[in-house]
Formats: sequence, C-alpha cells, structure tokens
Amino acid sequence: MLTNYLGIVSLTENESKLKSLTATRPLASIPIFGRYRVIDFVLSNLVNAGITNVGILAPTKSRSLIDHVGTGKPWDLNRKVDGLYIFNYSYEPPSISDIKLLKSNMEFLLRSRKEMVIFASSYMICNIDFKDVAKFHEESGADVTVVYKKITNEDEHFFELPTLMIDQNLNVIGVGKNIGRRTTVNISLDMFVLSKEFLIDCILTCLENGNCIMFRDFIYKNVQNINLKAYEFKGYVGCINSISSYFKVSMDMLNVDIQRELFSEERPIYTKSNDSPPTRYFSTCEVENSFISNGCLIAGKVKNSIISRGVVIEKDAIVENSIIFSKCIIKSGAILKNVILDKNVVIDENATLIGHNKNPLVMEKQSFINLSQLKEVKRV
Amino acid sequence: MNGPKREIIAMILAGGQGSRLKDLTKTNAKPAVEFGGKYRIIDFTLSNCTNSSIDVVGVLTQYQPFTLHCHIGIGTAWDLDRTKGGVYILPPHTNDSGGNWYKGTADSIYQNMNFVELFSPEYLLVLSGDHIYTMDYQEMFKFHKEKKADVTIACIEVPIQEASRFGIMNTKEDGRIYEFEEKPKHPKNNLASMGIYIFNWDKLKRYLKEDAKDEESAHDFGKNIIPKMLKGGEKLFAYRFKGYWKDVGTVESYWEANMDLLNEECKLDEPSCILDLYNEETKVYTSSIAYPPQYIAPCAKVKKSMVVEGCSIWGEVYNSVLSYNVYVGQNAKVISSVLLSSASIEDGAIVENAIVCSGARVTKGCKVIGKPGKIAVVSENKKVTSDIIISE
Repeated sequence: MLTNYLGIVSLTENESKLKSLTATRPLASIPIFGRYRVIDFVLSNLVNAGITNVGILAPTKSRSLIDHVGTGKPWDLNRKVDGLYIFNYSYEPPSISDIKLLKSNMEFLLRSRKEMVIFASSYMICNIDFKDVAKFHEESGADVTVVYKKITNEDEHFFELPTLMIDQNLNVIGVGKNIGRRTTVNISLDMFVLSKEFLIDCILTCLENGNCIMFRDFIYKNVQNINLKAYEFKGYVGCINSISSYFKVSMDMLNVDIQRELFSEERPIYTKSNDSPPTRYFSTCEVENSFISNGCLIAGKVKNSIISRGVVIEKDAIVENSIIFSKCIIKSGAILKNVILDKNVVIDENATLIGHNKNPLVMEKQSFINLSQLKEVKRV
Repeated sequence: MNGPKREIIAMILAGGQGSRLKDLTKTNAKPAVEFGGKYRIIDFTLSNCTNSSIDVVGVLTQYQPFTLHCHIGIGTAWDLDRTKGGVYILPPHTNDSGGNWYKGTADSIYQNMNFVELFSPEYLLVLSGDHIYTMDYQEMFKFHKEKKADVTIACIEVPIQEASRFGIMNTKEDGRIYEFEEKPKHPKNNLASMGIYIFNWDKLKRYLKEDAKDEESAHDFGKNIIPKMLKGGEKLFAYRFKGYWKDVGTVESYWEANMDLLNEECKLDEPSCILDLYNEETKVYTSSIAYPPQYIAPCAKVKKSMVVEGCSIWGEVYNSVLSYNVYVGQNAKVISSVLLSSASIEDGAIVENAIVCSGARVTKGCKVIGKPGKIAVVSENKKVTSDIIISE
C-alpha cells in the first residue's frame, strides 16, 4: 500500500469541446455511467492504492464538484490526519494555472509527511493499480514517471492529446501531439509519479522562469533535462474531452468486458450515495442492453442506453442509444435516439428528438424555476 | 454524561428472533433481514424517526445482533450520527446485581430506564423494528397531546378474518380504548395494534417498576403493561393510521410484502394499498454499498419487477424483487420471487414463488419452485444442485 504517497488531482482540464455539459459544472463532475461523476475514478484509484491524503486543485464553478466530493466520506478520505483538501481559485487572477495554485497552497505539500506524489487529472477514465506504477517508478530511479497507453488511431477520441516518443529503455525522448497521422501512438494519460521534493522544485523553477503555467507542460517541455520514464498501462482507458468522446465512452459500458474491468470487485469505484429506492420495471416496459441506475420508473422501451438515477420513462416512450441524466422525465409517446439529456429535462408527450450516432443531440440542464414545476416533477 | 433534554425519544424493539421466518433469521435478527431490494427491515422504522425529527433513538438488540449492529453502525445512513443524541445500540448487559437477558419487550425498556432518564423526556415512543411502513410520528404525537392521553396506540384496520393474529382494540367514538384483547379468538372488531406506542414516561415508569416485581408477568407490552394500565384507569387512545403497514412475521407475509411493492393496480387515493418508496418526504434510508448500476443484457426480459444496483440480468425476470449484486444467467427464469443480495441464478435455472437468500446459488438448469402459501426458501450461501419443488 502506498503509505508514503499523497495524491494531487489537477482539474485544469480542457473543457472547450464539452459544450453545455460543462456550462454549470467542471469536467470532473460531469455525471457518467448512471450514478458516477468523472472524478470518482481517479479518486477511487488513488484510495484503492492506499493513499489517504489527496489534494484537489479545483477550477472555478466548482459548486457541483464540492457538493459531490464533500468531506470525501465515500472514499474514506474524511480523516483527522491527512484526508481530503480542495484548493479553489478565489481571489487569484482567473488564469488557470495549477503551478500557481500549488504555490499558493504550498503549506499542503510542506505539512504532509508523505514524501512521494501521484499527480493526475480526472478526464482519463480507467481502473489503474497505482501500486504497480509506483513500484515501477521506484525501481527505475527516474525523476518522474508518466503513464501512457498505446492506442490505434481508428477512433478519434484521443485527438490533440500529448504523445510520447519512447526509447528501448522506456525513457521519454520527445513529446508531441496526436494529430491522427500515425496509426499507433503512445498517448500520455496525464498521470505522473515523482517525489515531493522534485515537485516543489518544478513549481519553483516554473515560477522563476515564468514559461510554464501548467505542471504537465513543464514536464513535457523539459524531457531533455528531466529523467522521465514511461509506464505502459494496458487496461481500458476512456478519455473525456469532447461530446462525442463522452458519448462513446459512456456507450463502452454496454460492453460487458469493459464493464467488468472498470468496476472490478478488487478495486471498486466509490461515489456519493443518493439513497435512491430500487428501480421499478412495469409490465409495459421493454428493456434491453442498458445500464440503469436506482430510483427509476420504467414503463416504456429502453435500448442501448445509460439511465441515471430517478428517471421516469412513461409507457409508449422510446429511448434508444441515449444517455439520460438524473431526474429526467420522458413522457408517453416521446421518441429519443442518440440524445444526451442533462439533468431535470422533461420531454413532452409524442416529442421526437434524434441526433447522429457520433454526434448526439445534447439537451441542456434544467433548473427548476418555480414551485409548481417542481411539484409536477415530483409526483408522477 | 447527561444528554440535553428531549420532549420525546424513541426506543426500537429489535431483539426478537422472528422464528417464524425460519431460514431468513438463522444467522440474523429479524430487523436485519433484507427487504424490498436494497433495504433491511429496520430501515423503515429508523427512517421514520429521522423523517419525524426524532433524534434520540435507542435500539434494543438481543438475538443474533452482529449484522444488525454492523448495519446501524453509528447511524450515519439515517443522519443519526449526532454529537448530542443520535442512535444508541442497547444490548443486554450486566450490572452490580448480575446480568439478565431481556425477558420481554417491557423488560427491555425497564432494564434501560437509566438510558431514557439521561434525556429526561416527557414522552416515550416505543416502536417495533420489524414492520414495513412509512409514518410521520409527529402526527401521532400531536394527537396524543390533543387527547391528553396517557398512552396512544397506533392502530390499523385489518381484514376481520386476520384480526385474531393481532392485539385488537375496542374503542369509544372519540377513540378512547375501553378494552384491549391480545390475539383474541373471537375479535369484536378489526382495529389492530401496530405495536407503536406513545407513553407519558412518568406513568410508564411506574407500571414498568410494578411489572418487574410481578413474577407471573411475561413482561410484554401487549400482554401485560397495556392491560394493567387499562385496569388502572389510565387514558388510552387509539390513533388510526391510514397508510400501508405490514408485519412481516412469517415467510409468507414476508414474500407478500415484497410482492406488494410491485402492485400496479393500486390507486393513489388508496394509500394502504402500496408503500410509496418514491416519495421524497418519507424517503427510506439505508447504508449503501458501492455497486455499479444494474445491467440488463440484450437477451434479457425484465417486467413488473424491482431491481437494484450491481445486478446483472441475462435471463427473464417477472414479478420479482432483486437485491444488490444478483446475477440471473441466460435463459434463466425468475418468477414471483425474492432474490437477496449476491444470489446467483445460473443459466437455464428456474425460480418461482421462492425466496433465495443472500449468497445462495441455484446452479445451471436447477429448479426451485414453491407456490403461494408455500414459498420455497433457499437458505444463505446454499448451493442448489438438484431441483426443489414444493408440490403439496
């Protein structure tokens, strides 16, 4: 168990292609796979490796993130010693910089008794054993270890991400960008292992030279000066950086092998519980190949879809190839195909919404404006 | 240690074995038996306390308490992990005059009088940990105060042919009880006690002390305390409850209560017909487990059923209640059954009118078939390798 490690989750992630899904929330707290949020995976990976001290570098508009993570109880991170810290941008200028945020919260690093660091983002969804990565790092004697995944460029979902050129000794000798020209590339998963001392040195160097505002950019720009090793992760990785990749990764959960790997019994994925009742399937329902959360009332047809908590699908409604966020209501006779409904959306009777299977139609999150609307939704 | 004063506190009787539930309570107290997919029976009473703003709850345990203690923990799931107050588990204990098991429901309260006194309450709410219902105790409490009663007993109308299973109350027009008959052979009406009492604590204390000295007494509320209070001329009132309530005392009634959750003919103006698990105001809480959502495979058929997280369904499920992490294999059929957590129904197996306890396996092609009135039960962690068919 990694008792000498602390985790840093940097949420300075590229949200530009996620459109309305990130209108009211950061990427890290986008709902995914019915009952989870994107950040659950990295947090669970860290605690499953025995890490009990985690700092989250949170972006602005973090209400939904803080609501979800809370005191860290679902991950057992509500500790007297160590535990969870959330570092918010507040009065600092709004330029997103994890280096600056770390500098202004240096106390977190200095006070912690842990000597090693795992530095990761949230948007790479996987179930990784960080114990193996740490072992590799410690044995290699490198300054920094970065985790990568070899991918083939058949699908377009790892575009524009950093790629690693690696020699036979697993040294990273160059860092580029995936523009889709090569058939196989080594995609960096933005997960690093290094000593705390080295991290502090990086932060101070960045601030002194003023040429990098992001930790990962500093590492990638200085591969010539840093002893950077690469660790290959062979398991499933889902990358959330656009609407289409979000749609694809969600649908991957209908593949039972991927489902079993990601939600392994050995390393469970934890999340905030919502105390939803069981899901009720009515006599009129027809459900196939779908991933369904608790608290739903299903009387219509559901096929190849991911359904979040508390969704109501009325009789004669059809939901196909779609992702429905929590508390949506799909009324009788409505037809949905290739659609993402954000939270609380109500689809009227007999309405038809059809998106493209690679470019789904996204309905923005609804906030309740008046009480009568709320009442209408509560009682079905 | 002195808790801050409370007007009313609750005591939940959760020590009984529930022997008529047979295999379901072999290793488990009845209040800790799984129910309705993701719950345990005591969740309903604990959630009612929380939803009724009652924040001091003593739970009296005795029979096989391990699962029950683990489940309740420090009460986090019900928001009962409080700095002052919250949930207290009260097992039998020794004291300077020796030790005693709880001899009856009244005796268990008598032995914990010191606990109750810590909060110096004026009223005591006594509840059973083994009933399925959602109820706002504050409404009943309001009634108790309005009537200036010494005791209020919640009651519900039951079918007259079943009335002899219950404590039956004969009341005047204003609700005052003039006669209480415990399990009468020839009931005079169908107003049954739900085992929910509000007592004026000072009065109850007196009767508990007297009853403790009575060697003939079974130290039971229904059998001894209530009749003695009636005899003593105290003011007993019946509070009529209109919602769904079920005493899951037997394997059959446990199975029925699960099936009741699936009733689709129910009308909303008939509140006693179905338990509404989907109402936010009467939400039922439980300690949850981290499982992924349920997966319904391409070849699966699920109808008129309740399913929980972690289930993986490849076969057919009709009219059934499935708990956490249940597996139903290809071409398997589950009909009118209750499957408890981590039960596994393998490919081609058939389960009908049955209860499959947690961790049990019905192996490939095996049949477990009971019938209404004679439900087949597969006990915990059992591996079924040959057909179990109840024909008579």
